[in-house]
Amino acid sequence: MKSVNVIRGVAAPMFEANVDTDVIIPSREMKQVSKTGLSKGLFAGRRYMNFETREINPSFVLNQPEFSSAVILLTDQNFGCGSSREHAVWALLEYGIQAIIAPSFGSIFYKNCINNGLLPATMDRSTVMNLVKQSGSEFAISLSNQTITVAGQFSVTFDINESDKKLLMAGLDPIDQALTYSKEIEAFETARQTSHPWLVL
Amino acid sequence: MPKTLFDKLWDAHVVGDLGDGNALLYIDRIFLHERTGSVALKSLEEGGRKVRFPAHVFGVMDHIVDTQIGRTDTTQMPSGKQFISAMRSGCNWAGIRLFDINDPDQGIVHVISPEKGIVLPGLSLVCPDSHTCSQGAFGALAWGIGSSEAEHALATNTLRAAKPKALRITINGDTDNNVTAKDIILAVIAKIGTNGAAGYAIEFTGSAVDAMDMEARMTLCNMAVELSAFTAIIAPDATTVSYLKNKEYAPKGAMWEQAKADWKTLKSDPSALFSQTIEINASDIKTMVSWGTSPEQSVTATSRVPTPQSKDDEQALIYMDLVPEIRLSDIKIDAAFIGSCTNGRLSDLRAAAAILKNNHIKENITAICVPGSMAVKMAAEAEGLDKIFTEAGFEWRLPGCSMCFYAGGESFGPNARVISTTNRNFENRQGPGTRTHIASPATVAASAINGKICGPNELETGR
Repeated sequence: MKSVNVIRGVAAPMFEANVDTDVIIPSREMKQVSKTGLSKGLFAGRRYMNFETREINPSFVLNQPEFSSAVILLTDQNFGCGSSREHAVWALLEYGIQAIIAPSFGSIFYKNCINNGLLPATMDRSTVMNLVKQSGSEFAISLSNQTITVAGQFSVTFDINESDKKLLMAGLDPIDQALTYSKEIEAFETARQTSHPWLVL
Repeated sequence: MPKTLFDKLWDAHVVGDLGDGNALLYIDRIFLHERTGSVALKSLEEGGRKVRFPAHVFGVMDHIVDTQIGRTDTTQMPSGKQFISAMRSGCNWAGIRLFDINDPDQGIVHVISPEKGIVLPGLSLVCPDSHTCSQGAFGALAWGIGSSEAEHALATNTLRAAKPKALRITINGDTDNNVTAKDIILAVIAKIGTNGAAGYAIEFTGSAVDAMDMEARMTLCNMAVELSAFTAIIAPDATTVSYLKNKEYAPKGAMWEQAKADWKTLKSDPSALFSQTIEINASDIKTMVSWGTSPEQSVTATSRVPTPQSKDDEQALIYMDLVPEIRLSDIKIDAAFIGSCTNGRLSDLRAAAAILKNNHIKENITAICVPGSMAVKMAAEAEGLDKIFTEAGFEWRLPGCSMCFYAGGESFGPNARVISTTNRNFENRQGPGTRTHIASPATVAASAINGKICGPNELETGR
């Protein structure tokens, strides 16, 4: 997994609460048993006037020329709620979105972000709203400093759990990390099979 | 120190404290389905890794499979077959018990896991499906994960997780006639919002919960994710034990006695502290129906669509093609759906059938019932429920997730207004442009007969 630290570029405002993973990638857009080939389905219900003809909806934020190269999304609370589909994160990354700034995230979506190197930056709602007003400007995110600098002028800080920050910055594979605990896992399992023998199939 | 049930379940699974606010939790059972499980198995194999404990992993075809009688691997969604084939070969590669399309035990994951006794009190169970919280109804630590986490659990039998806070929702009192667990959970979501339990694990308690059968408890826990909760749990009791007795994967003989003794300890200590508590009076709750595109946008069936309070409300009204202050009882529907992991179990079909008996749905309405599993279907047919449904004008189908969402390509079509026993009324959830009102099975049945949204107590029939 690629390590995450500095992210620079345009931030697009999609300041809406409870943007669910069905909106991020509708079920019909998950066409293959694959983590790739999903970016065309990103926000398909909003991005196109018609999902079959793919006629562009010019009013959708990512279709507007000033936001077409966005690498950051600014959104309201509970972004990524609903279905557990990790395809939402894969589609965002493949499209080019590297960070999402929101007051809160759906909990499974948040985990999926960390496991794939998409930065979920949390801050209070009023600060996100201030950033929305600056959304045409160049944003620079530093994960190590937990700051977002707008147009090289003012900075705000964001929250992220320390361990998630470490995983993102190091780009470590969580499975490899867990496998360093193999002995502890085996010991735990043996003890559990003794105390709860009915759980062994 | 006194502990909540959630503390007990959590502590019993901690392999190690990672020292950074996260624990490494042991995972006892993993369930996979063809939509998100297939990609996890494929990625695991491609990464040169193995399923660590295949006997504790189960797979099922439920998300994309067709529900038409005589179905094959071909689905209405052109690429669906790929997921089905990949799931089958992945389970074969890993040596996992798969409930395949025509298996007599096939069904929706959260319906068949309890039916088979795969979920048990006190164990941890994960599935790359957000409604895994349904299975917390058994006093299990069950929660929904992503595909990468599924790979992690398959390869290591562990997951890294930060402990959520504990929220107790106490529901006391008697419910009115025809007010169900679905109405209660919709009322809770409408009250505290879809973000209302973010960062929490919910424990449902109270006399109304004690009085529920296991199926109603699953409906209650099923929609915890619609509150953004990590999961929900209910302490196991005599109802839980009697449900699980003699189930295929449940312990038998001396082991059963040993397990039962252990399960008695699975309850919150009387003085355990919760970070937050909410009290609900069950007798205040009426039949609920959603009007918008989020489950929190729900009101009582006899009330009106509210005046929008936010841009999100306005957008929801546009999508739903509704105007403020219209009575729900004046909203005409085009279709009715009964099924899903929320309300596709035998008691749900019985509740709907009780309304449908000797009645017929309104002309021009398309109505479909998809039993939650083969076992539910067979039990319903043994009672003659299938005849009640078909004589009332419903189509009677084979088990699967079906029209809960559009994964398999099954839909009532653009602009169709559907009253549905499912869990999500999101934009396009049931297909492009389809408008969803979520409600209980009895309400869906009553509305299908009435042609407009209608609670079961408001239905006037010629009976």
